[in-house]
Amino acid sequence: MSEKPLTERIRPDGAPVTLSEYEQAGGYQAARKALGGMAPKEVMQAVKDSGLRGRGGAGFPTGVKWSFVPEGPHPKYLVVNGDEMEPGTFKDRLLLEGDPHLLIEGVILSSYAIGADVAYIFLRGEYLLAERRMKEAIAAAYARGYLGKHIFGSDYNLELYVHMSGGRYICGEETALLNALEGKRGNPRTKPPFPQISGLWGKPSIVNNVETLCNLPGILVKGADWFKGLSRTPNGGTKLFGVSGKVRNPGLWELPLGVSVREVIEECAGGMRDGVSLRGIIPGGASTDFLTEEHMDVALDYETVAQVGSRLGTGTMIVMDDKTCPVGMVRNLIQFFAVESCGWCTPCRDGLPWIEKTLGAIDTGKGQMSDLAMLDEHVKWLGPGMTFCALAPGAMAPLGSALKYYREDFERHIREQRCPWK
Amino acid sequence: MATIYIDNAPYEVKDGQNLLQACLSLGFNVPYFCWHPALQSVGACRQCAVKQYRDEKDTAGKIVMACMTPATDGTRITIDDAESRAFRAQVIEWLMTNHPHDCPVCDEGGECHLQDMTIMSGHTYREYRFTKRTYNNQNLGPFINHEMNRCIQCYRCVRFYRDYANGGDLAPFASHNHVFFGRHEDGVLESEFSGNLVEVCPTGVFTDKSFKQHFTRPWDLQSAPSVCVHCGLGCNVTPSERYGALRRIRNRYNGEVNGYFLCDRGRYGYEFVNGAGRVRQPLARCKDTGELAPVPKDEALALARAPQGAAIGIGSPRASLESNFALRQLVGADRFFMGVPKRGHQLLSSMISLLRGGPARVPSLREVGEADAVFVLGEDLTNTAPLMALQVYQAQYRAVLPEAEKAGIPAWNDAPVRELLQDKRGFLALATPAETKMDVFAATKCHAAPDEIARLGFAVAHALNAAAPAPEGLAADVAALAAGIAEALRAAKRPLIISGPSCGSEAIVLAAANVASALCAAGLDAALSFVVPECNSIGLALMDAGSLDDAMQAAEGGVDTLIILENDLYRRADRASVDRLLGAAKNVVVLDHTLHATAQKAAVVLPAATFAEGDGSLVNNEGRAQRFIQVMPPQEAIQESWRWCGELLGKPWKNLDVLLAQLGAVLPGFAELAKLAPPADARFGGQRLPRQPHRYSGRTAMQAHLSVHEPQIPNDPDSAFTFSMEGFRGAVPAAVVPSYYAPGWNSVQGLNKFQEEVGGPMRGGDPGVRLIAAAQGARAEFRGAPPAAQATRGAERLIVSLPHVFGSEELSALSGPVAERAPQPYLAVNEADAAAMALSQGDVVELSVGNAQAVLPVEVRASLAPGLVGVPAGIAGIPAVQLPGWGTITKRTEG
Repeated sequence: MSEKPLTERIRPDGAPVTLSEYEQAGGYQAARKALGGMAPKEVMQAVKDSGLRGRGGAGFPTGVKWSFVPEGPHPKYLVVNGDEMEPGTFKDRLLLEGDPHLLIEGVILSSYAIGADVAYIFLRGEYLLAERRMKEAIAAAYARGYLGKHIFGSDYNLELYVHMSGGRYICGEETALLNALEGKRGNPRTKPPFPQISGLWGKPSIVNNVETLCNLPGILVKGADWFKGLSRTPNGGTKLFGVSGKVRNPGLWELPLGVSVREVIEECAGGMRDGVSLRGIIPGGASTDFLTEEHMDVALDYETVAQVGSRLGTGTMIVMDDKTCPVGMVRNLIQFFAVESCGWCTPCRDGLPWIEKTLGAIDTGKGQMSDLAMLDEHVKWLGPGMTFCALAPGAMAPLGSALKYYREDFERHIREQRCPWK
Repeated sequence: MATIYIDNAPYEVKDGQNLLQACLSLGFNVPYFCWHPALQSVGACRQCAVKQYRDEKDTAGKIVMACMTPATDGTRITIDDAESRAFRAQVIEWLMTNHPHDCPVCDEGGECHLQDMTIMSGHTYREYRFTKRTYNNQNLGPFINHEMNRCIQCYRCVRFYRDYANGGDLAPFASHNHVFFGRHEDGVLESEFSGNLVEVCPTGVFTDKSFKQHFTRPWDLQSAPSVCVHCGLGCNVTPSERYGALRRIRNRYNGEVNGYFLCDRGRYGYEFVNGAGRVRQPLARCKDTGELAPVPKDEALALARAPQGAAIGIGSPRASLESNFALRQLVGADRFFMGVPKRGHQLLSSMISLLRGGPARVPSLREVGEADAVFVLGEDLTNTAPLMALQVYQAQYRAVLPEAEKAGIPAWNDAPVRELLQDKRGFLALATPAETKMDVFAATKCHAAPDEIARLGFAVAHALNAAAPAPEGLAADVAALAAGIAEALRAAKRPLIISGPSCGSEAIVLAAANVASALCAAGLDAALSFVVPECNSIGLALMDAGSLDDAMQAAEGGVDTLIILENDLYRRADRASVDRLLGAAKNVVVLDHTLHATAQKAAVVLPAATFAEGDGSLVNNEGRAQRFIQVMPPQEAIQESWRWCGELLGKPWKNLDVLLAQLGAVLPGFAELAKLAPPADARFGGQRLPRQPHRYSGRTAMQAHLSVHEPQIPNDPDSAFTFSMEGFRGAVPAAVVPSYYAPGWNSVQGLNKFQEEVGGPMRGGDPGVRLIAAAQGARAEFRGAPPAAQATRGAERLIVSLPHVFGSEELSALSGPVAERAPQPYLAVNEADAAAMALSQGDVVELSVGNAQAVLPVEVRASLAPGLVGVPAGIAGIPAVQLPGWGTITKRTEG
C-alpha cells in the first residue's frame, strides 16, 4: 500500500488527532528541524525541490510562489485558504477536522520560510466543526510554545488566528479572500500586483491552500526525493481525490498523483451504482471541464488532465450518470456561479444570470435554437481575459464542455420543448 | 514619451499612462464607464476592450482592457477589429439586460453617457428575453434623486464618494447582479460633495433633485460659462436656464481651479436667482403708504441720483469688479467703501500683502492638491471652502503615491494603489476652534481659541526658524505639538499652509505666513493659501477702499445719498450701527437682486442682475480673475449693477468691454481683465457663440401664446455669445465653452474632447488671469507678534462663530435645498464649560455680545475647544456682530 502522509494519522472514529497523538506519530519534527537550524531560504528551497504544486485548484508551484515575497519589509502574512466552497469539493475539511496539527505545522513551516509574522486561517463560514477543532488545536499549540513567541525556543515568533468567512464562494479567490479578511467587500483585486508584493493590508503575503500546507511537514522531514516518489508522475506527492455522484461508494482518498480516473472511480468509489452508467466527470470541482468515458484512463495530474481539455482543479470529481439531465446539471452549476458572482465586472455579473435564465428556459421546455448560439458566444465572452477574475471563466468550463459533449441533449430539449429526463 | 501603435500607425503618448487615457487624449473614441479621469482605472465594466498584439508579426492578438493596460513604448493595439467591437457591443447588451428602457422619462436622457456609449458600441438589438431585476430606491435628501433600477454597476459613485471625497455613508451593498449603491438606510447624504454623483454617474441613477423640481430636457437648456458666487474659491460652473428660470448648475472644468467637481453649496445654491425675494422692478418708497412700490425706471433713477460728490458708495465682496468699479466711479474713489467691517477689511489687506510679499508660492486649487504636507490654521475647510478640503484630501493621497510607484504600481491603477497604501495619508495638521470633518484624516489636530491657534502657528514658525518670533509662556504640550508639526513640514518637499479669516484673527494669518516663510527659508517649495469669505473678496480688496466702519464714520453727521451695492449691511454689522448709518443718509439707494433687510430700509431699490443675468468678473482667493457670462436675458427692469451706476452717472458704458477699458486705465492692476474672455465683438467663423445646443427645441413655439411671430433674439452687448442655437460650434477659448457637446458625446464626458489631454488643462489654457503674484525668491521675513495666551474674563466668554457649508453663506441660504440643510440657531458650549455654567442640552440662554442680544438653545459639544462658546455663522437669528468677541450668557429660567 502506498504511503499516505496527509491522512495516515486521521482516526477512523472521526475525532481529531490530538497534539500528543500527532507528536507521537512524528508530528512537529519538521517544524523543530526547520526552526532548529535551517535558514528560511533552505526551507523554501526544500519545497521548491519537491516540486509541490498548489492543491487549491490552480496548481502553481508553491516554492516558486513563495520566492516572490521580498525579503525586506515587515510585517508579512501567511494566509491559509480554507474557504472550501467549490461545489463537489470536501477535501480540506477532512484535514481541518481530522488532523488540525498537521495544518498548524504546515503553517509554521511556510510562515518561517517567507518570514511571516502573523498567519490567518480563513475558513469557510459553514465549517463550524473545523473552526472549533482548529481553535482547540491552536490553543494547544500555543500552550506548548509551538506558536507565539520563540517557537521551539527559536527566535522565530508567529501568531496564528482563525477567521471565519462571511460565506461567499469568491472569497476562495486569494485576493478576494484578502479583501474579505480586511473587512472589505470580497471582490477580487487587480493583479498585478500579486499578494507577494501587496497582500493583506498592503503587506507582502502568501495565500496557500490547506492541503498544500499539509504536505510541508513530510517534505521537510523526508525530503524532496521521497515526496516525488509518492507520485506516479513528475508532479510530486499524493493528492486527496474525491468522488461524488451516483457511485457505489462516494468518498475521499489519498492517492498518488497520476492515478487514473478509472482507478479512482472503479477501485475507490466502487464503480457506478446498479442501473446507471457514467456519462461524464467534472474532474476537479465545478469550475473544470467535463471529461467523458473516453477519458477514463487519463492520469490525474496537472499536465495530463490539461492536455485533454480540463483541469485537475481540486481533484474532487463529480460524476454524472445517464439518469441525470446534463442541461439540468449545468443549469444547477451556473445558478451557483451566478449567485456567487461578486458583482464587480459586467460579463460575470450580468452574463451569468442571462446564461442561467437561458438554461432554465431550455430545461423547462422554453428554449429556442438560437439560445445555443447565445450560449456558445457567452462561453467565449466570459472566457479568460474578458472578465476581471477567474470565476466566470471557471463557470464556462462545465458549460462549454457540456455544449461540446452533450449538445444533442441541449438540442433535444429545445426540439421537444421539454426535459427528456423529467 | 512612448510610441504606441494604433492600427499600425505610431503615436507619441505621455509616459505612465494607460491605453484608455492615451487613446482618448489622442482623440480616439473608446467607450468606457468605470474609468473616470479623476478616479482612474479599476477594470470593472470591461467596456474599453481593445485588441493588443505582441509585436508586428502577431496577427491574432488578445483582447485587453484599455484602462488596465499600460501604454508602454511599442504597445500595438487596434480599437476597431471585429472581435473587440463585438465584445464591446456585448458588454452593452449585458448592461441592458437590467437597464430599464425608460430613457424617455429619465432626467439623464439626452445627456446620458450610457446612451452615448450604447450608440458608440454599435449595439442595437437586444436578445435578452427574461425579466429585469428591480430595486427599492431611497430618499437621499434634498440634493440627489435615487433610481437604482437604472444602475449599470460601474462603481464610480462609491469610488468618488468614499475613495476620492472621504465620504462614509454611500456604499455598495449585496452582490452578483443585485449590487445596490445607496445608504444603509434612507437619509440625507452627508458629504458636502454629494452633488457630484449627478455627473459622476454615467446614467440616471443619481440625478439632480433640484433640477427635477423644475425639470426641462437637457437639450432645451441654454447655458453660458460662469463662476460660482457662494464662496471665495471661484469654482467654474455652467448654469442653465429655460423659460427665464435658472434650472440647474453643473460643473465647468477648470484644470487650475475646481477640476471635475463642485461642492453642494455651489451646485444647489442657485435657487436665489428664481427666488420670491427677487427685485425685478425699480422700487421706491411710496409717500402715502411708506412701503416700497414699483416705479418706472426713469422715476427711480431720478430719485436715486445724487448731486456730484454728495453720495457715499458702499461696495460689496459679492458683487463683480465691474459693479464695484462703476459705483466707485459714480461716487468718487474717496467716497467708495468696501462694505466689509474693519476687522474683515484689515484681514483681507493683510492677506493680500502677505500673499504678494512672498516668498511662498500662492497655489491654485490644483496645486493645493499637490502639496505633500498641509497645515491648516483656523479654517474649517469643508464648511468655508469645501473644494479646498477636497483638494487637501487629494494632496494627502498623492503625497503617499510615490510609495505605490516604488512598488511598481502605476498611479492610474487605482485599486491596487489604495490596497497598498491602505489608510496611509500625507501629513495634515489642523488647528481650529472646534472639531472639523477633516479631523479624522489629520495626523495632528488641536482645538483652541483663536489666539491659541495663532500661538501654535508662531511656535511652529519659530521651531522652523529661530528668527521667527516665538510665543511666550507656551505650554509644554503645545510646544511639543508645534515641534511635531514643524518636523513633519520640514520633511516635506511641497508643504502648504492654509489659513483664512474665519477666526477673525490677524495673528493667525500672520502666523501662517511666518510658517510658510520659515519653510521657504529652509529651502522648501512652500505654498501659502488663504481662504476668503466671498466670491469677490480679493477683487474688492484689490480696489483698496475703506471699510464699512470708515463709511459709517464718513456718514457720521449726515450724508445726502448712500448707495449700497449688492450688500445686506445687516449681515455685516450689528443692527444699531447699521440703523445709524442708514439713518444718517437723506436718501438710501440699494442696488441688489434680493430684497434683504437693508434693501427693505432703502428709499430706492434698483433691481440688479445676478450672475445668471449679467456679465462681470470675480477674483478668487488665489487672485485669479475670472469672467462670468450671463446665461439668460435679464427680465423686466433687471440689469447689472454696473449698468445702473452708469445710468446714475449719466454716462452709461456701452458694454462691458468699454467699462473694462476704463477700469484698466483707472486701476492698472486690473488691465488684464479684458483678457478673461473674448470681447463682445469677437466673432468665430464670422458668427457669435450659441448659448443653446443645436438640439434646442421650441424656438418658434415658446412664445407662441403671446405672438405667433418668431421673437427677436435678445441683444447681448457684453459677450460674444448669442441667445440662440445658431452660431459657431468649434474650437473656442476655454472661457467661452458653454457646454461639452462633441459628436457622439452628449454627456459631461464630452469634456475629454475639450482638454489638451484627458484630465489635463483645457485646450488653449484654463480660464482666468492671476492678478496676484507672490514675490517668489523674496527673502523670508517674519511679521507680527504672537499674542499672549488666551486670558479669561470672569463671567464673560469668548464667542466664536462656527461656519456651516449650508446656511452660513447669504445667497445659497435662500435656495430651498440648501436651506433645508442649514442648522437652526444654537449656542454651543464644551461639556466642561456647560457643567461649569450649569447648562445642559436644550437649555435656553440669552447671549449678549457687542451691542446685540440673542436667545438661543444650548448645544453641548465635546468637540468645541474649552472656554469657547460657538454660534453658527451667518444664520438668521444670530447677531451680526464681529466675532470672536466677549459676551455673556444668562440662562433663562422657566416662564
